[in-house]
Amino acid sequence: MTVMTKLMSAATGLALTAGAAWAEPAIIFDLGGKFDKSFNESAFNGATRWAEETGGTFREIELQSDAQREQALRRFAEAGANPIVMAGFAFGSALEEVAADYPDTKFAIIDMVVDAPNVRSVVFNEHEGSYLAGIMAAEASETGTVSFIGGMDIPLIRKFACGYAQGAKAANPDVTVIANMTGTTPAAWNDPVKGSELTKAQISQGSDVVYAAAGGTGVGVLQTAADEGILSIGVDANQNYLHPGQVLTSMLKRVDNAVYDALSQGEDLETGFNVMGLANRGVGVALDANNEGIVSYAMLSKTFGAADQIVSGEITVHDYMSDESCPALDF
Amino acid sequence: MDVLPRWADIVLIPLIGLILAAVLSALMIIASGQDAGEAIKLMVQGALGSTNGWGYTLYYATNFMFTGLAVAVAFHARMFNIGGEGQAMLGGLGVALCCLYLPLPHWTIALVVAIIGAGLFGAIWAAIPAYLQAKRGSHIVITTIMFNFIAAALLNYLLVGALKPAGAMDPATARFPEAVHLPTFQDMFSTADNPLFRGAPANVTFFVAVAACFAVWFLIWRTRLGYEIRAYGESESAAKYAGISPTKIIMIAMIISGALAGCMAINNVMGEAERLVLNSVEGAGFIGIAVALMGRNHPFGIFVAALLFGFLYQGGAELGLWTSIPRELVTVIQALVILFTGALDNMIRMPLEKLFLALRKKGATA
Repeated sequence: MTVMTKLMSAATGLALTAGAAWAEPAIIFDLGGKFDKSFNESAFNGATRWAEETGGTFREIELQSDAQREQALRRFAEAGANPIVMAGFAFGSALEEVAADYPDTKFAIIDMVVDAPNVRSVVFNEHEGSYLAGIMAAEASETGTVSFIGGMDIPLIRKFACGYAQGAKAANPDVTVIANMTGTTPAAWNDPVKGSELTKAQISQGSDVVYAAAGGTGVGVLQTAADEGILSIGVDANQNYLHPGQVLTSMLKRVDNAVYDALSQGEDLETGFNVMGLANRGVGVALDANNEGIVSYAMLSKTFGAADQIVSGEITVHDYMSDESCPALDF
Repeated sequence: MDVLPRWADIVLIPLIGLILAAVLSALMIIASGQDAGEAIKLMVQGALGSTNGWGYTLYYATNFMFTGLAVAVAFHARMFNIGGEGQAMLGGLGVALCCLYLPLPHWTIALVVAIIGAGLFGAIWAAIPAYLQAKRGSHIVITTIMFNFIAAALLNYLLVGALKPAGAMDPATARFPEAVHLPTFQDMFSTADNPLFRGAPANVTFFVAVAACFAVWFLIWRTRLGYEIRAYGESESAAKYAGISPTKIIMIAMIISGALAGCMAINNVMGEAERLVLNSVEGAGFIGIAVALMGRNHPFGIFVAALLFGFLYQGGAELGLWTSIPRELVTVIQALVILFTGALDNMIRMPLEKLFLALRKKGATA
């Protein structure tokens, strides 16, 4: 009898889940807001692309405060949203708490690893993309000095810098790489004036190619580089169009692809560790009409050669975050 | 002597302010192309319609009670403490240091230690501007607001450096040990087949806040010190003549105020986040000013006003979750309520006073 009841209840449980199969995905943007011209906007674009292509709809929220992280996660999960995608490493600790309470809901977190059976952790091999950017920078440099400007000094940004320095040194062992961070707080993501100052300081040290991985601060870096007549490298989204002919390339981090993939898979979201690298077009360098005049054939063949070697495993780019050290650059 | 009857001062003015704010908010929502009735229903439903919603409303209200009481205590001595933000930040530091570095075996002990730690740090942060005011005549408004910035910078420095666990990207401390976990309403009131307050951050600190309301009431209206504080606030020269030391009153009132603001950290740092993050206070220190103004600096009024602002915060979050009302507009709605209940007090008071005067004259002649 008891076995029977159990079976029955299991069957009803199944029927219920089948009935609730319809679910809208949800996406949570970080405090920067969805129109930050960078990370969050890229995530938003990915979700919009999915919605346009499939005709689906998604729920979204832009957070106002840290306390809302867990709240937004729980409320969406309770309302049956599935999967729930969140953009930003800052969701890590909230998701760790929440994921276990909603085992039937799938979560996707970008830029952070959360070890839970129903979580897809999407991380990018920024060091690989930055490596290619470094090769291009060293090839384009006439002074033999290239530079890097980071946003907030966190391991993730050092990972960018470290990949960049490795690429530059691989292309030209004698190259000098200067690296500066804008600050140590989240304010460093949106300080274009300081970005501009740092760029000028680096130019005075001889740099003629500057790579900015600094969110909104990068806008100031690219502007100053263009004003001062040196080349710059954009980040995350394709920023080549900002100063045509003066932005050497942009290190693409396809957050939009990550979001698009997660939404496309829907409730059957494949969980676990998801690395977006060169091999699956998660990162790369941008080539378009805006920079074709400044990118030489030799530079391209070297870059693509390195890309192939990274994909095939012949070159391993050291990941700063694996051991918090960098062979090519001192911080 | 007073033109307005007491009930009009306490109930009618805030109520009219609220209604005006609600009407304006509704107009703004309609202007942005949304359904205002639906939005208000959503706010009420989301903040008060479930135990989960209540859990968030009470969580925010707990924060505002502490900061509101802090402003009120100082205000009874006519000290305008607008440094609640910084004092609460430092309180958070006190809580974090206690929770991380003291071996606290049980949450009851941890709670007591955290109250002491938070209160002490908040009090110290308020004592410096108080001393400067009492001894050097530096205006308390200026110094307390400047101390907010110093507190933010200090926290920045510590969270990016010494207190951040190696390799972490967030500027935040490590998670507090399990032993200092404060029971949430979910832990306290849920039963196995009736889950209440699921996932909501409201915790035992709410009762501490209510106790603090009683304590402040007792202090201000039932003790000699409270009498001295009020006497000093009403007239400094009369208080001096009666032998009350201004230095002592300024210092004590501000220290109590700072300690209350600091204690907010028990709720948000220890009760909710269970680690110290960079912007843990999130403006609650400033909301406290509006709460105290609206609550007429009386603990009961502050309790009610804090509930209202808790409702606004939680309702605002619900709006963000379920509508496409942009978060900036949600902030505008919250700001309108603060503006009308806090800042535009006189705009409502003056016509009301005229009205009551006219009514009274009519009554006298008839």
